[in-house]
Amino acid sequence: MTSSLRLRAAIVSIALFAAFLGIWHIATRGTGTVANMTPEYAKLMGLTATAGKSAMPGPLDVGAKLWEHLKSPFYDNGPNDKGLGIQLGFSIARVGLGYFLAVIVAIPLGFLIGMSPLFSKALDPFIQVLKPISPLAWMPLALYTIKDSSISAIFVIFICSVWPMLLNTSFGVAAVRKEWINVARTLEVGTIRRAFTVILPAAAPTILTGMRISIGIAWLVIVAAEMLVGGTGIGYFVWNEWNNLSITNVIIAILLIGIVGMLLDQILARFTRMVTFPE
Amino acid sequence: MTDKFISIEGIARRYPGADGGQISVFEDLWLSMPRGEFGCVIGHSGCGKTTVLNILAGLDEPSEGAVIVDGQAIEGTSLDRAVIFQSHALLPWRTVLGNVSYAVTSKWRKWDRAKVKAHAQKFIDLVGLTGSEHKRPSELSGGMKQRVGIARALSITPKIMLMDEPFSALDALTRGTLQDEVRRICLETGQTAFMITHDVDEAIYLADKIFLMTNGPGAVLAEIVENPLPKDRARIDLHRHPLYYALRNHIVDFLVSRSKTFAATVINHDPRNVPIVRPGLSEPTIVASPKMIETSPAQTIAR
Ligand SMILES: Nc1ncnc2c1ncn2[C@@H]1O[C@H](COP(=O)(O)OP(=O)(O)O)[C@@H](O)[C@H]1O
Ligand SMILES: [Mg+2]
Repeated sequence: MTSSLRLRAAIVSIALFAAFLGIWHIATRGTGTVANMTPEYAKLMGLTATAGKSAMPGPLDVGAKLWEHLKSPFYDNGPNDKGLGIQLGFSIARVGLGYFLAVIVAIPLGFLIGMSPLFSKALDPFIQVLKPISPLAWMPLALYTIKDSSISAIFVIFICSVWPMLLNTSFGVAAVRKEWINVARTLEVGTIRRAFTVILPAAAPTILTGMRISIGIAWLVIVAAEMLVGGTGIGYFVWNEWNNLSITNVIIAILLIGIVGMLLDQILARFTRMVTFPE
Repeated sequence: MTDKFISIEGIARRYPGADGGQISVFEDLWLSMPRGEFGCVIGHSGCGKTTVLNILAGLDEPSEGAVIVDGQAIEGTSLDRAVIFQSHALLPWRTVLGNVSYAVTSKWRKWDRAKVKAHAQKFIDLVGLTGSEHKRPSELSGGMKQRVGIARALSITPKIMLMDEPFSALDALTRGTLQDEVRRICLETGQTAFMITHDVDEAIYLADKIFLMTNGPGAVLAEIVENPLPKDRARIDLHRHPLYYALRNHIVDFLVSRSKTFAATVINHDPRNVPIVRPGLSEPTIVASPKMIETSPAQTIAR
């Protein structure tokens, strides 16, 4: 029953995708009227104006270009011409580093807030004010103080990933069932051991959920951050290709951003399943 | 000292009330038990039974008074006093063996893995869960979960076992077998046990002494009932014992009427010297007299 449902869903997915490609292809086939112009002018205007070609690339253009990129993902011809693999690698590395720093800070701090009502109350106003700030708003301040565009981007990733993890960790820790804590208490388990043997496993699903939200936000933010700071990364690539008016490359980049984002989410989803316990 | 292995000395527990005052669950409560005895507390919901047990466990603190165990005032929780929780409170991410081992390693920090495992296994076998060591709590029935709870409590070889309505969430059949199990273990090991229950038959079967508590707020320990049934009583033919109904009626009478009226009717109750009652054959039983049946005020007026 479920396998047949899965099969039917797959068929519908493929049909929708094919329909999408078909409509895209027809819409960009090029029906525009060809203006009458001198050959010199026509050269300047490009195919859009001369051959009636649509400004929007069709699926075949994108497919051909994508195949080109996939054949050599790691070439490096100077600052403005790098393979997509290299650009994505830069973005993933920045996200990874900023995210890792956020984990190191948010989880212990979340434990502290969750376990101590004093710190929970004392830190609450700071968190309430800092949390809603758009991570990109930190960028000028980061650039000014750090004076390095790449590290600034990492800082922005750090600041945007820290909040969901911090809030979920403190919530998960504070919501650990009283009876489990009481078990540890009656067994004279010390605070540190209690944190690792009772609170951490009990709160792990909530913490991992926060980490999953964070990785999603980090991947959203890295594109914008790299557009701002430039240099390398998939966000910079998008912006650079827009300046080159290569919509084909922009579409390819969008597709890849989506796929990488999905993979990151799936990895965290798998970790979440690993720590989830049935009750 | 053995006649007062556990000694609750004048404890009170108060909670801040809504109007800024204090609500007292109970005041000046005294209770003692010798080593190796099985004590049961019976009382209506909300009278403060759990509160007493939590104070005894060290999970809660009295507003006044002290609890002395084995000659020493208790301070917080202790591995000497194991608790069997009503909701079993197993750690769901650990297996049966993992849950029991957690208690064992908590008591004996320096033991190696093999020793911990062997010790835990002994208690898993004792409660009849051999073969289920590697199951997680979610894969166990309610009765099996509570068996793990019992194994966990016993595995640390506590001086006292504290049980808060441990079987109330179980079906009658499972409850019966677990009662047998607990009674067998306690008799074999001379375990001192303190248990809260709602079930009169459970108290009659298991307890040497039954503590009757009146309704709260301001609950008092009204009476200590000594169980007159022989030590080698069996659960299935409990009701055939000549003293069974005398004992049972005495407790039920208390729960039905006296627990409500006690505070108003008994004026010279001394909380330090609670009367000890041993229901005998002379206990009043129904002899066609309507007085023994509780009458509502309306009926009284009509008569
Ligand atoms: N945290 C609390 N704050 C205020 N009142 C409480 C609290 N915990 C328990 N009580 C009160 O103490 C009384 C005794 O509770 P409890 O010991 O759980 O009763 P029992 O176990 O006999 O049913 C109840 O009336 C309850 O309302
Ligand atoms: Mg209770």
